[in-house]
Amino acid sequence: MEKGKGVLVRRWAIDFTDNSTTTSSRDIPDPLGYSRASQDQDDSTVSRQKKDAESNWKAQKAWEVAQAPVKNLLMMGFMMWMAGNTVHLFSIGITFSALWQPINALQGVGKVFEPYKDSKVDTLTPKLLFIALNLASLALGVWKLNTLGLLPTHASDWVSSLPPAQEVEYSSGGLPLY
Amino acid sequence: MAMVLRLSLFLTVLLLSLNPSSALYDDQVGLMDWHQQYIGKAKHVVFHTQKAGRKRVVVSTEENVIASLDLRRGDIFWRHALGATDTVDEMDIALGKYVITLSSGGTILRAWNLPDGQMVWESLLQGSKPSKKFLSVMNFKMDKDNIIFVFGGGCLHAVSSIDGEVLWRKELTTESLQIQQVFQPVDSDIIYAVGFVGSSQFQTYQFNAKTGELLKQSVAAFHGGFSGEISFASDDILVALDATGSHLVLILYQDEISFHQTYISDLVPDSSGVERILPTKLTGIFALKTDSSVVFLRLIGEYKLEVVEKINSAAAFSDALSFSEGQKAFGLVQHVGSRIQLVVKLDNDWNSNLLEESVEIDPQKGLVQKIFINNYMRTDKSYGFRALIVMEDHSLMLLQQGVIVWTREDGLASIIDVTTAELPVEKEGVSVSKVEHNLFEWLKGHILKLKGTLMLASPDDIAAIQAMRLKSSEKSKMTRDHNGFRKLLIVLSGAGKLFALHTGDGRVVWSLLLPSLRRSGSCQFPTGSNIYQWQVPHHHALDENPSILVVSRCGLGSDALGVLSFVDSYTGKELSSLSLAHSIAQVIPLPLTDSTEQRLHLLIDASGRAHLYPKTSEAFKIFQSEFPNIYWYSIDAEKEIIRGHALHSNCGLEETDEYCFNTRELWSIVFPSESEKIISTATRKLNEVVHTQAKVIADQDVTFKYISRNLLFVATVAPKGDCPIGSVTPEESWLVVYLIDTVTGRILHRMTHLGSQGPVHAVISENWVVYHYFNLRAHKYEMSVIEIYDQSRADNKDVWKLLLGKHNLTTPVSSYSRPEVVMKSQSYFFTHSVKTMSVTSTAKGITSKQLLIGTIGDQVLALDKRYLDPRRSINPTQAEKEEGIIPLTDSLPIIPQSYVTHSLQVEGLRGILTVPTKLESTTLVFAYGVDLFLTRIAPSRTYDSLTEDFSYALLLITIVALIAAIFVTWVLSEKKELREKWR
Repeated sequence: MEKGKGVLVRRWAIDFTDNSTTTSSRDIPDPLGYSRASQDQDDSTVSRQKKDAESNWKAQKAWEVAQAPVKNLLMMGFMMWMAGNTVHLFSIGITFSALWQPINALQGVGKVFEPYKDSKVDTLTPKLLFIALNLASLALGVWKLNTLGLLPTHASDWVSSLPPAQEVEYSSGGLPLY
Repeated sequence: MAMVLRLSLFLTVLLLSLNPSSALYDDQVGLMDWHQQYIGKAKHVVFHTQKAGRKRVVVSTEENVIASLDLRRGDIFWRHALGATDTVDEMDIALGKYVITLSSGGTILRAWNLPDGQMVWESLLQGSKPSKKFLSVMNFKMDKDNIIFVFGGGCLHAVSSIDGEVLWRKELTTESLQIQQVFQPVDSDIIYAVGFVGSSQFQTYQFNAKTGELLKQSVAAFHGGFSGEISFASDDILVALDATGSHLVLILYQDEISFHQTYISDLVPDSSGVERILPTKLTGIFALKTDSSVVFLRLIGEYKLEVVEKINSAAAFSDALSFSEGQKAFGLVQHVGSRIQLVVKLDNDWNSNLLEESVEIDPQKGLVQKIFINNYMRTDKSYGFRALIVMEDHSLMLLQQGVIVWTREDGLASIIDVTTAELPVEKEGVSVSKVEHNLFEWLKGHILKLKGTLMLASPDDIAAIQAMRLKSSEKSKMTRDHNGFRKLLIVLSGAGKLFALHTGDGRVVWSLLLPSLRRSGSCQFPTGSNIYQWQVPHHHALDENPSILVVSRCGLGSDALGVLSFVDSYTGKELSSLSLAHSIAQVIPLPLTDSTEQRLHLLIDASGRAHLYPKTSEAFKIFQSEFPNIYWYSIDAEKEIIRGHALHSNCGLEETDEYCFNTRELWSIVFPSESEKIISTATRKLNEVVHTQAKVIADQDVTFKYISRNLLFVATVAPKGDCPIGSVTPEESWLVVYLIDTVTGRILHRMTHLGSQGPVHAVISENWVVYHYFNLRAHKYEMSVIEIYDQSRADNKDVWKLLLGKHNLTTPVSSYSRPEVVMKSQSYFFTHSVKTMSVTSTAKGITSKQLLIGTIGDQVLALDKRYLDPRRSINPTQAEKEEGIIPLTDSLPIIPQSYVTHSLQVEGLRGILTVPTKLESTTLVFAYGVDLFLTRIAPSRTYDSLTEDFSYALLLITIVALIAAIFVTWVLSEKKELREKWR
């Protein structure tokens, strides 16, 4: 649930650690025993920390996005198992959606990871994971296609379209007309 | 590609499983089929007009059909087709309500009820030897029964006409006695039988008609000898020709036999060679047929003859008709220019005519051949006459009051050969008004249809829809259609007439009585034998009309000279004809065409020489390049030999004919004549298209079909087994089938069915043979299938090699490479006996095949080839089931819905022709016999087109409604959005 908070912080940009240097805020005397110096001194570290948190969060997010196809994969697998191995409308629909989804996802890889682009965040590995998982999903689809017998992997698929060989000799005849 | 194919396959399977039967609905009858009923060339005619409400005429024909026709319109009231061997010999009417027929060589006598054609009784008459057949019905006034006198098989029978009981029987079979006439003079109880013993003895018998008692028997010898037939000159005088044919012999027979000779040349001065005396039943007049004319002779006084008239043109005359007390009339019809003239005369008064009419006649009908007359009472109480005329083309027409009342094209009952021709391509520039009219009609039609679909149509509308569907002008247009349903069927009839029938509605587009198939001085007995497509223009030669080749021969012997005729298939005009200098034993259409798309044909004559047609140098050049690869084979069914031949060299005849080639024998297969007799052969159709050489079996495995055009199926039976079923025991009968490669003479397969016999009907298609025979042990008909696979190509299974094209599957094959073949075979019981068998053929050969079986009931049954699959087993595996293999059963199912002819019968079915249409799923089926039937079938359903009754209007309306809905919602949403923005 921490991530949720982080998102909230970011959206609202309400910073309860008041590090403004305006005098008005300084009008109120600091409570006793409170030393602002340490706070001021830590100002840079705070912003760094903040940035770190953000990039951390971004990296985390990127990984999450990258892992998202797993769920999809599992669901697809389940659906395929449900659809069975015979060619009918349902199984064909599922197989084609199983093929279409990863292809679609792979096409939009750049866009998916755009929000998490950061100089500090390494999006390459999540991207690779994402691609790998989608490829796995695609492979699953192709495998399903094959089990349905819709892939031209057999000799029969290639031979069927070949016309019969021509014959060199020609012969005809039969019973005489009379 | 494969995926798409499989998908489409899956969809068809889906459709098939949804709709297991291919039957028609009641309202679909007549939409894509037509049926025409014929009777054949009329042989005997009996009018039945007295006091009958519906005037009718009973006709027996050369096709062994007995039919009752409506005299007013020529329609068939009832009809019976007797078997092919049950020839009708005589016909008469008894008791005023029965039609009596004598058939099967004078051994079967049947009585048919006149109004409805039901058989009343049947008598089998015992005969001992073949003889002439006579039938006469006698009416004894004191008795209610009519007695039928039948002479047949050398015996004279008297049969009761009430129940067909034989009253008495006399055998007239002394040695070498040939009875020439059996007759009974009017109002006498004596039956005379006269005949010749040997060549010069004349014998008469007289019988008491009631008891059969032999009253008198006398013999007399005539030194001059006799030839030909005896005819009547008058009531008590017979006439015959002497042995030399130069004298007429008048025979007085009643009390004492005496002969009187008259020299023919004295009567007819310029007669050269008298042919014969024409059988007439006139009194006092008889007719003599000479080479060029018919001479009528009359008896004047005792033994004195005089010429009454000499007719030089073709003529026919009827029997005498007694129309009023003591008066007899007869009809004479002859050609006068392009008209025919009918004259009815009294038989004793030649000079005056009772009736004289003449009528214009279609020259394509040829000459008159027979005439039958009948009288009727005019309103003014005078006698009128009507005449039924049989023409040279076997058509039958009724002539009454100077007009042709109706005509029947009965030549179509004797089709010899059929081929097809395409119709002309539709020309551009159809007039606008026509289009508009069509558009309006189209819309109206579719709105009616829509009403029908939505169940809003009134009964009137439904009738209108049905009429519209049946009479759609679309199907009878004279142009080619997109689907290739409209074609011309060109048929050659037994009379030598060509007809072009439109496949849409079966009408005769043109007809042509071929001049080369008519009797002429140079060609006495022309017989048409086959028709072939001679020129089928497409692509670059489209501006020429297609033409067909008609092959005929002048005579019946093997050395009869051939005649070729070329006929334009659009106009029906004879383009040219060739009288050949050689005989024709075989016609081989070659798979070669010249630049004008004329097909090259090789004609083999009786001495084994081959002649190339057309005789052009271009054809010769084309032929030269294929010369070494052309072979032919001949089957000698008498000597049980099959011989293979190759072309050898130019004929070394005196005149050098470069289009003539000698042939040499390459191989021969001699069947042992003591144990085998050829009864049936079959080959693949020349124009069959095969889509693929591979057969995909379960688990994506592939086998290769052995597809060869040079495959000959031969069935032989034991000599004893070549007889009707039931006359041999299973032990002494066997059936051997052979598959022979006709190039090399190699026997690819031989299989023996012990205890089986013919008749065998077989079809070859793609890589399989299906044949039908009788199993004597099981007492059932059987059908067997043999599938042939090519083992030498079985290694081509590497996907990568196939992908890269490194395979030998498309390289041309030679029969000399001895392909390794594997046969698979299976047999099944089949309930029906079969008259003919055929197989569907489609444009590309993708659609699955159906066997078309002409059953004994004259129907055509479509049987899926899937039922005849050697891979069927009792428990097919899951994969095999998916492939569509049906679990094995011992007999083939007959599904009533799969009768192509639905409720109709193609009487006297002889052949089934299938014609591929442009639409791959569909094929035209033409079944012919005495009747004609054409329909369109789709063995795998019409997967490539919408059905006829698809409502385009509904689709259109749906689309329009959807578009409208889209617009409306779009406008609404725009408005709503605007409102949202203002808020």
